[in-house]
Amino acid sequence: MSETKELTKAIEEITEVAKGFGLDFYPMRYEVCPADIIYTFGAYGMPTRFTHWSFGKQFHKMKLQYDLGLSQIYELVINSDPCYAFLLNTNSLIQNKLIIAHVLAHCDFFKNNIRFANTRKDMVESMTATAERIAHYEMVHGKEEVESFLDAILSIQEHIDPSIVRFKLPPKAADDMIEEDTHKKRGEYDDLWSLDQRGKSSQTKKVKRQKKIPPSPEKDLLLFIEEYSRELEDWQRDVLTMMREEMLYFWPQLETKVMNEGWASYWHQRIMRELDLTSSETLEYAKLNAGVVQPSRTSINPYYLGIKIFEDIEERYNNPTEEMIRNGCEPNKGRDKIFEVREMESDISFIRNYLTKELVAKEDMYLFEKKGRDYRITEKDYVEVRDQLVSQRVNGGFPYITVENGDYLRNGELYLRHGFEGIELDIKYLEHVLPYVYQLWGRAVHLETIIEGKETLYTYDGKEMHKQRI
Amino acid sequence: MSNEQEHNFVVSQENWSLHRKGYQDQQRHNEKIKDAIKKNLPDLVSEENIIMSNGKDVVKIPIRSLDEYKIRYNYEKSKHVGQGNGDSEVGDVVARAPGDGQQAGAGNGKKAGDKPGQDYYESEVSIAEIEDALFRELELPNLQEKEKSEIITEKVEFNDVRKKGLMGNVDKKRTILTALKRNARDGKAQITPIYNDDLRFKTWNEVIRHDSKAVVLAMMDTSASMGAFEKYIARSFFFWMNRFLKTKYESVEFEFIAHHTEAKVVTEEAFFSKGESGGTICSSAYYKALEVIEEKYPPSRYNIYPFHFSDGENISSDNKTCIELVHQLMEKSNMFGYGEVNGYNRYSTLMNAYKTIDHPKFKHYVLKEKADVYHAMKSFFQKTAARI
Repeated sequence: MSETKELTKAIEEITEVAKGFGLDFYPMRYEVCPADIIYTFGAYGMPTRFTHWSFGKQFHKMKLQYDLGLSQIYELVINSDPCYAFLLNTNSLIQNKLIIAHVLAHCDFFKNNIRFANTRKDMVESMTATAERIAHYEMVHGKEEVESFLDAILSIQEHIDPSIVRFKLPPKAADDMIEEDTHKKRGEYDDLWSLDQRGKSSQTKKVKRQKKIPPSPEKDLLLFIEEYSRELEDWQRDVLTMMREEMLYFWPQLETKVMNEGWASYWHQRIMRELDLTSSETLEYAKLNAGVVQPSRTSINPYYLGIKIFEDIEERYNNPTEEMIRNGCEPNKGRDKIFEVREMESDISFIRNYLTKELVAKEDMYLFEKKGRDYRITEKDYVEVRDQLVSQRVNGGFPYITVENGDYLRNGELYLRHGFEGIELDIKYLEHVLPYVYQLWGRAVHLETIIEGKETLYTYDGKEMHKQRI
Repeated sequence: MSNEQEHNFVVSQENWSLHRKGYQDQQRHNEKIKDAIKKNLPDLVSEENIIMSNGKDVVKIPIRSLDEYKIRYNYEKSKHVGQGNGDSEVGDVVARAPGDGQQAGAGNGKKAGDKPGQDYYESEVSIAEIEDALFRELELPNLQEKEKSEIITEKVEFNDVRKKGLMGNVDKKRTILTALKRNARDGKAQITPIYNDDLRFKTWNEVIRHDSKAVVLAMMDTSASMGAFEKYIARSFFFWMNRFLKTKYESVEFEFIAHHTEAKVVTEEAFFSKGESGGTICSSAYYKALEVIEEKYPPSRYNIYPFHFSDGENISSDNKTCIELVHQLMEKSNMFGYGEVNGYNRYSTLMNAYKTIDHPKFKHYVLKEKADVYHAMKSFFQKTAARI
């Protein structure tokens, strides 16, 4: 019991310090759990979520790594109000102190960053309800049926439109009407008459464009399928809606990984410095902290990069250059600046605006590529490094896919386009995903992308995969 | 509750022991692996990683249906960002792709990992799992023969303790323990005195074990017409046959007989790797097999399984002798299997001859591709309806 008392006392103190620094967070619910529970939550991303084997696979992998001592999660924090934080029951007091400081900063980020403004704060309850509904559908339609449908959705779950403001899709019925009207007016060869009448032909073009579904390329593949697929039954539409909701909830976390972890690490360091630690506690803390914020030769550690950029911003805005002063910066306003940054930016703008030439050089960042069997450093120019980091964060790190046409070849086929930006798709994976999309759409599915510099169309028609150069 | 109002936080610790969700879905994942194994059995059975595994328990094999497919970038074709210690230069090697064998082609749904080149990985499956799925569909024919050839061995095992026995077999530890306990009952913390009643003796029991032995006479045509593919097929087949028989018999021995126009007993290594030139006379192998049985494996003690793999290109004049010898072999063995690796859609000379054999112990199968190893296994070790 005294352990809990000590923990409560520590939390009190840390909460006080964090408030003093100006962090603004939701009421907190700390829950102390055994390892397998933490790892379950880690694998599912939520205390209660629907059942799917892929979570089981993830759980098994994470638990195995924990059992073998390869990696460890110390905490888990849920973006909700009140905010839930889960602590491992084997954590030492000092570990818990670091984690609580870290978690409070995460919570501050959830509450104040603009990207999280639209996320539901009651998602814990909502996902519980989703889990119950899906379990119910399993009872009615059979486990296999629901699972195979979930497999299909999960393969494209990231292809939603997370814009903070978005327009609605045109209603389906109205669209069909327009199509019929124009058909009645024209005979089979009537369009030939208008060839010499420029003014008129541009008018008919307008009509044509209106008919197109979607009117302009649609980013939200999930929503598009939900609205226009002729295959789906009511329960399937319901599941699709719920899956989209979940992705919308998780999306800001994908978009702000570097910032979020950087912010939390920045603050756990500041807060821990304020606490009265014994020498041995300080050593243990330093070791833990070093383990968390550690650069890697072959990847970017978001904790490390994030904290370095935040520290750099603070430093530069505390000591502004003349040019910055001319632009209205006042000295010693670094703290205010980073609070502003945590509110306004996401990873893309964070890196593009604040990863400076000096920082890239100081941190010795580089680009590497596969050359033969080796991965070699190919570039050290800061613009290249920065832009590569940004491009990796575009669309949460997923390829940008849009729906070009929902009635391709006038046959109700689905035409998707990959907005190619220099990185090719994994074809092996693509060839497995298209059948899933077919399963949802019910008719042939096409995807246009660029392979080895050439525009290529992949088609799955329900039986076979075709590949053709355009 | 007062805590909450005051500090706006709550700490709690609950009993989570009934929370099994992770384990439940993990089990579902395992079921899916098993399903995938079952669905892919024909491919898996001839999977090179397994056949060449030399008895390792766990092998890595690609199981495709377990990937979580997403539209994703090709890791190998994109640039990545890393960080050095301050002295990195263009051209430095930061990582190396894993061995050639396991790059493309094999993938399981791990997302782009933290180490370059590791974004594909294969699923680990224990051979036992595959065996489980495969052998469930198989049965050893003519099992009634087996009982006859069982021999009984007597073994002595010291596995009992009694109060009476030979002084040489006295169990000192137990004797002292008993004495200690008895003295303790009298309130004395000492070993002595030891009475006769305290003595404990190790005693033996006679164990009767049914010993069953099987021997496979693996015969293979090593003439010029048998290429690497044909040999691989034979090797896969013998690998699984060995494993299968081991589930039925306590010990399984192999004799490898390679033949072209003459036959000789060779090592396993030579059997599967060495090629010879020249024509084929299959009867030579059967003579050799009969000879081996005569010398080493009396049918009264062994279950004998002669299996012959060939491409079927036998000298026509030899076929008659072959049929005769096959009948002789069948008299001494449990079954005779003939596997023909023949990619063409026509009967070979030998198969033409063997088609006429109608004997419950004689089984033949034509293998056209890798996946046929599985079908051959099923054909040779067919499950027959139970007789009542």
